[in-house]
Amino acid sequence: MRMQAKAAIAALLVAAPGLASADPDDDTLVVNGEIEMTTKTAAPDHMSDTAVDTIMSGWHFRSDETQALQMDDFDNSGMIFVDEGRAQWNREAGSEGKSCASCHEDVAESMKGVRATYPKWDAEAGEVQTVAMQINDCRTENMGAEPYGYTSTEMANMEALIAVQSRGMPVDVKIDGPAREMWEQGKELYYTRTGQLELSCANCHEDNYGNMIRADHLSQGQINGFPTYRLKNAKLNTVHARFKGCVRDTRAETYKPGSDAFVALELYVASRGNGLSVEGPSVRN
Amino acid sequence: MKFSTAILAAAVVTAGAAQAESVAPGEVQFGEYGAVSESLTGKPGDPENGAMVMKTKSIGNCISCHEVGALKDAPFHGEIGPMLDGAGDRWSEAQLRGIVANAKKTFPGSMMPAYYKTEGFVRPGDAFTGTAAEEPLPPLLTAQQIEDVVAFLMTLSDG
Ligand code: HEC
Ligand code: HEC
Repeated sequence: MRMQAKAAIAALLVAAPGLASADPDDDTLVVNGEIEMTTKTAAPDHMSDTAVDTIMSGWHFRSDETQALQMDDFDNSGMIFVDEGRAQWNREAGSEGKSCASCHEDVAESMKGVRATYPKWDAEAGEVQTVAMQINDCRTENMGAEPYGYTSTEMANMEALIAVQSRGMPVDVKIDGPAREMWEQGKELYYTRTGQLELSCANCHEDNYGNMIRADHLSQGQINGFPTYRLKNAKLNTVHARFKGCVRDTRAETYKPGSDAFVALELYVASRGNGLSVEGPSVRN
Repeated sequence: MKFSTAILAAAVVTAGAAQAESVAPGEVQFGEYGAVSESLTGKPGDPENGAMVMKTKSIGNCISCHEVGALKDAPFHGEIGPMLDGAGDRWSEAQLRGIVANAKKTFPGSMMPAYYKTEGFVRPGDAFTGTAAEEPLPPLLTAQQIEDVVAFLMTLSDG
């Protein structure tokens, strides 16, 4: 009897991964009972040459328990860092005796919609800028302060504060005009198979999303939820830190956070999420 | 991390010791469809060690992509590649050796890594450190480990 029960359980365990996790789920994400998130939508036109017709937030690939943590700000540990970002926003720093608030006043007004359109072409600087680059430009040019480390805690906090002002708004990154060249470069990187394992972003996140790779349920690798609070390292994670981890896992030499290569990749990956809601700070495992 | 570096170091040493009789990664003769008929070591493989290589994360880590019924004592089998039950019926020993040594010769463009390849990578890194490494890299598996894995795969029969 006991043997039989054990065998039955074993059979269930064998069957479970394939059945339970082969596909992302159909749950809906509403934050605080009021912000309705678009977590699945038609892929943008520029993806028509891929096999992906529906783009999905990484939220769909997480367990019900992890998903729930993002549905209420009291359970979302990322919100603690939004508060820290708010303190940084109001704190004077640098030789000019200014804070972010000195120029931008109420973050809820001035930063609404910002996260949704970055990275974007900055005509004055003559380059594609990420939110992190813009933050550091303000610190060095306008405040006379030291730049934040590209993937530092302070940077992640400030990115979280800025992202949260756009929660629920659709990602809408421009890929034409002067940004096009950088976008093409990012696309090239996305499909390049790096390292001794010879794997590209697309191998895992385009060809195999929904499948298990060992204990991990592969998502589409979207960045609409960044910065992301990960249960695994119990901190807020930036986009470039995540990219670096994924490239390292191909047994490759990684690119540097803040490098042109990663800025280009961020622009391209962001554009694959055009139409999904900004979710940052999201919760993942 | 420390642990896996130690294993890797051990693997490299073993590779060096066995070099005399082993076919070097650059010398492996692949047939038209990717099979390798000659043993890489001239010694029979040990299926038990092959099973260990396949399920150990820091060595072959095959189960991160493949489900293998006979290795169910190890947790977390992936779904990227086909289930390997019955692989010994579907493929000959030479074909399996070719698939494990460099699957891209059998399945062009395959996602499966080449386990006995040392050069020709884009941005080769020093294992999982993220820092650069000079080619030739140590192969992911030694010649003997590949023979052991092939011997284990040959035991996977549906019948
Ligand atoms: C060997 C497989 C593999 C490769 C190659 C890979 N990733 Fe990932 N990636 C993962 C896993 C596993 C996770 C965690 C589960 C998930 O969200 O997919 C992940 C997560 C992510 C996330 C977080 C998604 C979220 O919702 O929080 C992003 C973004 C990402 N990857 C981008 C990339 C990019 C860009 C590349 C190429 C430079 C890349 N990945 C290459 C395996 C991979
Ligand atoms: C990153 C994913 C990945 C890893 C790791 C991996 N494989 Fe594979 N393997 C595949 C894929 C995908 C295929 C299917 C071939 C194709 O179409 O690309 C495959 C095919 C095979 C086949 C033929 C399967 C059949 O039944 O027809 C064998 C045998 C095999 N792999 C053995 C191994 C062994 C042994 C290891 C470890 C030493 C390993 N694989 C590691 C992805 C992987």
